[in-house]
Amino acid sequence: MNIWLNFLIDSLAFGATFMYGSTGEILTEKAGHLNLGIPGIMCMGGAGGCLMLNLIGKSNLPPFLIVLLGILSSLLLSGLMGLIYSFMTMTLRANQNVTGLALTTFGVGLMKVIMSKMDATVYLVGPKMFYRWPFAGRQDALQCLGVLFFLAIIVAIASSYVLFRTKVGLHLRAVGENPGTADAVGINVNRYKYVATCVGSGIAGLGGFYYIIDYMASQEAYLSLEAFGWLSIALVIFALWRPHMTIIGSTVFGFLFSCSSYITNIDWIHVTMAAKPILKMLPYVVTILVLIISSVRNKRENQPPSSLGLSYFREDR
Amino acid sequence: MEKALALQMRGITKRFGSVVANDHVDLDVYRGEILAILGENGCGKTTLMNMISGIYFPDEGQIFVDGQEVVIRSPKDAFRHSIGMIHQHFKLVDLFTAGENIVLGVQEEGRYNLKSVNAEVAKLADKYGFRIDPQKKIYDMSVSEKQTVEILKVLYRGADILILDEPTAVLTPQEISRLFDVLRRMKADGKSIIIITHKLNEVLEVSDRVAILRKGEHIATVNTKETNEAQLTEMMVGKKINLNIKRTEPVNAAPRLMVKNLNLDDSEGLHVLKDISFTAYGGEILGIAGIAGSGQRELLESIAGLQPIKSGEIIFRNPKKDKPVTFFHKSMKRVKELGAQGAFHDGKMQPVSFDGMSNQAVKKWVDSGDVLFNEDEIINLRDKTPLEIRSLGVRLSFVPEDRLGMGLVGSMGITDNMMLRSYRKGPTIFLDRKKPRALADEIIEELRVSTSSVNTPVRRLSGGNVQKVLVGREIAFAPKVLMAAYPVRGLDINSSYMIYNLLNKQKENGVAVIFVGEDLDVLLALCDRIMVVNSGAVTGVVDARTATKEEIGLLMTKTDRKEDAK
Repeated sequence: MNIWLNFLIDSLAFGATFMYGSTGEILTEKAGHLNLGIPGIMCMGGAGGCLMLNLIGKSNLPPFLIVLLGILSSLLLSGLMGLIYSFMTMTLRANQNVTGLALTTFGVGLMKVIMSKMDATVYLVGPKMFYRWPFAGRQDALQCLGVLFFLAIIVAIASSYVLFRTKVGLHLRAVGENPGTADAVGINVNRYKYVATCVGSGIAGLGGFYYIIDYMASQEAYLSLEAFGWLSIALVIFALWRPHMTIIGSTVFGFLFSCSSYITNIDWIHVTMAAKPILKMLPYVVTILVLIISSVRNKRENQPPSSLGLSYFREDR
Repeated sequence: MEKALALQMRGITKRFGSVVANDHVDLDVYRGEILAILGENGCGKTTLMNMISGIYFPDEGQIFVDGQEVVIRSPKDAFRHSIGMIHQHFKLVDLFTAGENIVLGVQEEGRYNLKSVNAEVAKLADKYGFRIDPQKKIYDMSVSEKQTVEILKVLYRGADILILDEPTAVLTPQEISRLFDVLRRMKADGKSIIIITHKLNEVLEVSDRVAILRKGEHIATVNTKETNEAQLTEMMVGKKINLNIKRTEPVNAAPRLMVKNLNLDDSEGLHVLKDISFTAYGGEILGIAGIAGSGQRELLESIAGLQPIKSGEIIFRNPKKDKPVTFFHKSMKRVKELGAQGAFHDGKMQPVSFDGMSNQAVKKWVDSGDVLFNEDEIINLRDKTPLEIRSLGVRLSFVPEDRLGMGLVGSMGITDNMMLRSYRKGPTIFLDRKKPRALADEIIEELRVSTSSVNTPVRRLSGGNVQKVLVGREIAFAPKVLMAAYPVRGLDINSSYMIYNLLNKQKENGVAVIFVGEDLDVLLALCDRIMVVNSGAVTGVVDARTATKEEIGLLMTKTDRKEDAK
């Protein structure tokens, strides 16, 4: 298969990490909360999965069950992080940015401690054959697309459907746009915020699980995970707060981020090693461009939710 | 014709702290009628309605819907009893379509089907004669369309009792008559409609009965057919109360601030100020009376340079040092010219008039050295930045709608707040803390501000003390024009009197004081002249010593629709 097709498929597979991360962040932001804890939450999601696989990876359970328990553990830990964030910002009224950054620092640190004690061989061999279905065993690039990759696409599309086509989504968007109005028509604002943040964190956590155990499947994978958390937050802007747009966005980001290693393999392009970090910067440049373009066009639908980052307390109205 | 009772209120009382917002109010609303609730600002109209619509919960009293006693604790409860309120400030999600906003929060079986919602909205709109496109986004809508969406939202939820809070405040005359048509159609359909308003002509035009509230009390309910403007005004403003405020005669009143044909539009292109012209004199207190939101705040902000005005002039006459006038080479014509620029007065600072004197006599008097000419510097404030305006001595203090946001930083102490005005001064880049500190101590001492220390964040002070700090700071910088908007709102009697005395002292010092107030009794007792504004235009200037409350009340509430329509 030619190198560019390989490259594209690899970008897709790599991008699924961001797809999870930014779909989760979009759900949270649509409820009006800017969760900067996403990098930490993704790390904890990865660590949660690895913990479970280390516990049961060598047992005689069927591979399907092992992966499922790994996913559940990942969801549990990242969801718990989301719950901490929700409790801090909604119930204790802490500042959203500070809380988010603290969670990132905490999550990244804790993950590094956990991962340094893990045995990577467990999640390298056993369940891999299963979750790379239906392309397991193939020798070309398609082999890196697995169950979790397709799940990312399904989650992104389903999130868009829920947000823009259902009553729950309408209510959630109302909460993020104008919580006072939502409250006045009898929507339970805090319940929507809690649920959206926790579900969003769970989804983001899956991104960490996917990256460490599926895409990279290596001991060192966790070291770069935090950077991808930040990239996911940038991707939210790129996707203009639409989960289905993250499918395209994450592929573009994956492409730009990994193009540095591909380009050096092509004979007719001469890139020095020094230029690599500059190429890795491209996703952020593109995000800034998208932000500039969407701000200049000033279309209301493409702007962040109106009350993003603002806390809502009924007594304040 | 005997109509069925829709809603009864018995002995409704609501207190906020020590303030009684509603005092044992009894009110009946019938099916198929339009009841107007009339009253001044702060008379408890909106509070009363908020208790029916579930925003507040009454401290005492009962509410009956269709003869059954009900407990309304939330807007949801209100909807369950078919009560819907259309607030003055719309509660809509800008990004959603009309249909989405209407269906928001309605708990119904079945899926979210915007098409059927839109069809139903269109049907409702047809029935009552609204013009609306359910698929239009709110941010594309005019104010009147937004209001329509709010009304439809309430109707969609099956409301039989509709409460409209100041529905006409933001509408054009054409839109108002369209709204009234709709209201009449709803009335014919058997709905009960309550409108809160202070516009007399609208009350007379659309309502069947009028309930008048004054200072939280229900004064009377009268049939609209059997009443007239004068009677309603009298019930609304009540008898004059004598307040014991010392008022001195203005001394040496010289024109200080002249506003000519001032026009101002808000961000939505609505005319906030229309052709405002007036003169404020040094040494007098000019009161500004009007219903809240008639443009008072915008007027003061325009003068202070905080609002870019559309057209008009704001002339500030900055008095320079007095100098003796000599008539060498000066003709009588020149003297008259000077008179237009400044003021003549004699050595005892009494104003001098040359009217009816012969040229010879004038020359003799002037040459004796007894006449001083006070040459004013003429400055057009519209060309100045807020900072330049402030340094000229035009001071805006108190805007209690946002008392802390506008003038003080809540988390800083009194000293630091003093420095907000003086940090630019001083020879070095380091801050001079000594003088602000001394000033802070002085204000605390003289105005009896109760605070634990000068460094206590002002956010922690009570409302009255915050006001004192703010006015103390503005006065300390020797203003020439002092503008105060609602300076006593929320203050107790003693603090209020302290503020009145401060303003009076400034007046005696020759400052032109502009006082925006809401209590007519205070305005009549404190001010020298009262200018009445109504929907952004001046409807009259009266002498506070002779004017009556009814006179001002009429000026505040009358609207000449034909003139508006131009």
